[in-house]
Amino acid sequence: MNHNQPVYTDNDPQSELVTLNLGPTHPATHGVFQNVLQMDGERIVSGVSTIGYIHRAFEKIAEHRPFYQITPLTDRLNYCSSPINNMGWHMTVEKLLNVQTPKRVDYLRVIIMELARISDHIICNTIIGQDTGATTTFLYLFQFREHIYEIYEEICGARLTTNIGRIGGFERDFNEIAFAKINKFLKEFPAALKEFENLLDRNRIFIDRTAGVACVTQEQALDYSWTGPLLRATGVDYDVRVSEPYSSYQDFDFEVPVGTSGDIYDRYRVRNEEMWQSVRLIEQAMEKLKKEPAGVFHADVPDFYLPAKEEVYNNMEALIYHFKIVMGEIDAPKAEVYHAVEGGNGELGFYLINDGGRTPYRLHFRRPSFINYQMYASMSKGMLLSDAIINMSSMNIIAGELDA
Amino acid sequence: MAKVTNQDVIALLSERFGDKIIDVNEPYGLLTFETTKDVIIEVLKFLKENSVANFNFLTDITAVHYPEKKHGIAVVYHLHSMVKGIRVRVKVFIDAQHPTIPSATSVWNGANWMERETYDFFGVKFEGHPDLRRILNMDDLGVFPMLKQYPLEDPNRVDKKDEYFGR
Repeated sequence: MNHNQPVYTDNDPQSELVTLNLGPTHPATHGVFQNVLQMDGERIVSGVSTIGYIHRAFEKIAEHRPFYQITPLTDRLNYCSSPINNMGWHMTVEKLLNVQTPKRVDYLRVIIMELARISDHIICNTIIGQDTGATTTFLYLFQFREHIYEIYEEICGARLTTNIGRIGGFERDFNEIAFAKINKFLKEFPAALKEFENLLDRNRIFIDRTAGVACVTQEQALDYSWTGPLLRATGVDYDVRVSEPYSSYQDFDFEVPVGTSGDIYDRYRVRNEEMWQSVRLIEQAMEKLKKEPAGVFHADVPDFYLPAKEEVYNNMEALIYHFKIVMGEIDAPKAEVYHAVEGGNGELGFYLINDGGRTPYRLHFRRPSFINYQMYASMSKGMLLSDAIINMSSMNIIAGELDA
Repeated sequence: MAKVTNQDVIALLSERFGDKIIDVNEPYGLLTFETTKDVIIEVLKFLKENSVANFNFLTDITAVHYPEKKHGIAVVYHLHSMVKGIRVRVKVFIDAQHPTIPSATSVWNGANWMERETYDFFGVKFEGHPDLRRILNMDDLGVFPMLKQYPLEDPNRVDKKDEYFGR
């Protein structure tokens, strides 16, 4: 029997299709977006996705702000791994201004971006577990996201909407407590991740619910412009960190995990493997930091980097620069830049056009969630509702990144 | 596998499309060129299917509004050859009064939402698009908000006017 085609009989209430509103706010969608599904029993016949519920006009606002004031907007894109957005934006501006950052800044950035990637993948993978009924995994690994937030807090004071980066580096240096917390994380996290894998990797229920579900071929994934773990799960070996290394990723030794079948289990495995690689990257970066001169945390870009408060109060030059930056008096060169970083969900691109002024003439975010999500409705056709739910959590759609 | 340079891609395109490929330059190493809307789909198809260049991936579609120019809206395509590790940016300038351009959904399915987003913000009508509706803004918004004539802030505000700061 073809499950996609409902069988109609006269006067049978069960023969009619049911319209189901999945969302806008539904616990299973993990964000504010709606799917209107036509259901034949438990099977989805067709679906339409509606997004835009938390659209905040980022691009329009960005056109009216000086470069450094765009930082808080980027934090709120993918709020599960905000430092990556943050760093991506600042690297775009640095490319525009031809700023060379010191090696120590690059390594610190690698540390913070990989921590962010881990926290993003923790959320996604534990939620896949949660949606298949394994609440244990969710409760168990989630504390490490908390530890990562504590590290952010130590570095910049904020936990979720971090404001870590500045043009040319960081607002302040990592303190001893932050390094101690990173070391503690590196010591404790691998054991927990191993145990997490033990709970799920060969779990019969988990495999039954995920293996062979929502398979996507390489051709489909490329056709729909998928990037990140979703694309790699289909077997395409593409990672921005490798293909166009930024922030000294070329100095590191790490692997890009790929899947074979592009199903939910592969996506879960790819993300888990990436967490191991991230741990490896952070360990290497911590080693490399020891060889770098201490105390360097930003490049010398007085035109765009706010001077320290102490300097502002005691040094005329610093006061002038502070004033000029805050009032947006300094113009950036006329240029057109595209810079991409590997975000938690894939290629996060910043397309920046500057006409020589103090604000971007046009700024466009290439948001991986937005582009990945468009396949969801057509993918769900013929799927069981409960499978479609797991599929959604495996795609790691972050509403902030979806809508921008 | 042989690497492909920007010059190779431009040579290929010029051979095939002649003077339809204009204004070639390489800001920050990224090959950028302009073309016209009557050949844009052929250009995209050619770039995708040509075995030398092999731009198999559509990274992004967006637009830029230049109110002072004659052809005031630039539709910008970013393509990527994952095989050769090279990117390209294609621009098409169209009339801001009647912004129409053929849809790239026939080449990549992924163009669907990117074009809807561009339509939503700039009013660019992609001809042949299967479902050209607003995507992020509400359906009855009435304007295309990223056009430069729509200010972000209340125009009656005086505390942010440049003239008060000697600019």
